[in-house]
Amino acid sequence: MAQTTPAAAGRPRQKFTISERLVARERRRKVLAHVLVYAFLVVTALPLIFGYGWLVLNSFSETLAFGVLPEKLSLKNWRFLVEPPSRFYPDLWRTTWNTALLAIGMTVTVVAVSTPTAYALSRLKFAGRNAFLALTLVLHAFPGITLLISTYYVLRALNLLNSITGVFLVKAALMLPLAIWVMKGFYDNISWDVEMSALVDGATRFQTWYKVMLPQVMPGIASISIFSFIYGWSEYIYVITFIQDKESWTLASYINTIVGDFRALDYGLLSATALFYIAPVLLFFIFTQKYLMRVTIGGTKGGS
Amino acid sequence: MSRKSKLFVALLLLPSLLITLVFYFIPAVMTAAMSFTDMDYRLSWNFIGWDNFKRMAQDFLLPRIMKNTLVYTFATLALFNVGFSVVLALVTSFVPERTGRIFQALWLLPRFTPPIVYGVMWMWILDPTRNGLLNSLVVASGGRPVNWIAQYPMATIVITNGIIGVSFGMIIFYSAIKSIPREFIWAAEADGASWLQQVRHVTLPLIRWPLLFVTAYQTLSLLTSYEYILILTEGGPFFATTVWSLYAYNLAFGGYFANYEFGYGATLSIVLVVLGTIASIVYWRVFRFREMMSEPKIEVM
Repeated sequence: MAQTTPAAAGRPRQKFTISERLVARERRRKVLAHVLVYAFLVVTALPLIFGYGWLVLNSFSETLAFGVLPEKLSLKNWRFLVEPPSRFYPDLWRTTWNTALLAIGMTVTVVAVSTPTAYALSRLKFAGRNAFLALTLVLHAFPGITLLISTYYVLRALNLLNSITGVFLVKAALMLPLAIWVMKGFYDNISWDVEMSALVDGATRFQTWYKVMLPQVMPGIASISIFSFIYGWSEYIYVITFIQDKESWTLASYINTIVGDFRALDYGLLSATALFYIAPVLLFFIFTQKYLMRVTIGGTKGGS
Repeated sequence: MSRKSKLFVALLLLPSLLITLVFYFIPAVMTAAMSFTDMDYRLSWNFIGWDNFKRMAQDFLLPRIMKNTLVYTFATLALFNVGFSVVLALVTSFVPERTGRIFQALWLLPRFTPPIVYGVMWMWILDPTRNGLLNSLVVASGGRPVNWIAQYPMATIVITNGIIGVSFGMIIFYSAIKSIPREFIWAAEADGASWLQQVRHVTLPLIRWPLLFVTAYQTLSLLTSYEYILILTEGGPFFATTVWSLYAYNLAFGGYFANYEFGYGATLSIVLVVLGTIASIVYWRVFRFREMMSEPKIEVM
């Protein structure tokens, strides 16, 4: 007995320290796991952080030490705002205006055209409804980018080569199937009772659509507008393929030419013009990012 | 249906019908027709039967281009569009929501960056002289500048396209992971499963449908994307990064060699579309998409 007592007394104490140690170890492991996870997130994002950081830092400095650290602040890279890089370049502000025109034209076309069509497809019964829906799905198999050759032919026949209108009409057409399906989804979610009560109260179908339904699909309109605007503003391949005329250049053609003329020679100019081009998208992105993400995620509910 | 309501329907449909027909449907049909002509810059319809398809069978470049296409598509898919995006979704759902969102936004950004700006960023990172990011690090540590794009062309296009591709999967996987009932995770934890075991045995099996969906959808996207390759390598050096769709583009519009080969270019495009359609039918059948996915409200393309 006397011999076992210290052991019996020691056991609970020992147990206590073991569990304490376990808790401490568990905590350490949690901290370690978090450190590892954060390190992973930061390290993998380094190319992005450096890439976008460089755009900003490099455009405002004369040289970068080790290619990263700005050494001398200067605005000389931004001279292109008042004076073109060489006499072969068109006016910058005209080019910027063309870019905006492409983005706005595409957005307005997509919204104005898909909103009424999606309403008809969601709410009205008519011959050819299924055929129409099938057509949009079949076209989805033809990625626009593989149709460049025949689109070139069509634009030439319509005398729309070298014109911003031609490009935004093509871009709008390519976006339409998706936009129609998105808008149809938003209309589908509105209860029939709302529409019925408006009709019973004596509103015509048009008034019902315009006054009752339209305000309720505003979030859908907002989301397709954001997408259209950013895609229109950023468009590259259609612009450089279909627009040679300097009068109709967008910022994509402008920077593409700077890349051809000054690549590796003048990164200051390249980063400044690139930042100028991306700035509206960045602002737009920061303000609508939360919203964009919510729409994207909301759309995949039931995906698991 | 009354005459008035017929008119109403027509008015609602006509604008989109017109635009879709002229700028999408007709070009699609026309591509098929053009593939049987030897159309060039004169744009004349001179039908030559199956000659373009015969030429395709004999095109000595095509085996190389097919290999490029397969390597590019499946490497990008495995490493980034599916592989890395699962990891990012897991990791960003592990950390607090606000932190996760910040990193997700960062990975979403390249998709909304104008392609030429994104290209310029990578031209600087991979610059062959000491002015570039990678080479300034190499030089600082005593090495000699490396011509990254020329030496590792395929890696260049896989990484640059992959970084754009991760966001699609990341967002879909993230929402799928978030919708897994907490009880499943608690049960695994109570049974003593480590985080990795939870991922392996609980999370991944529960998101297998989104996994398959992203795999199928992104296969098709990658097969037909060439914009960033065009900007960074133009398909070179010596066709090392020319994928199928870029080959068709360069035949028609590129400065690489023979230009304005509209007929043959259209043939290559139409074959690619057919291959893509077959792939999606296979995916559709095998994975039974209809059962697993409600129509998404909006997709990030």
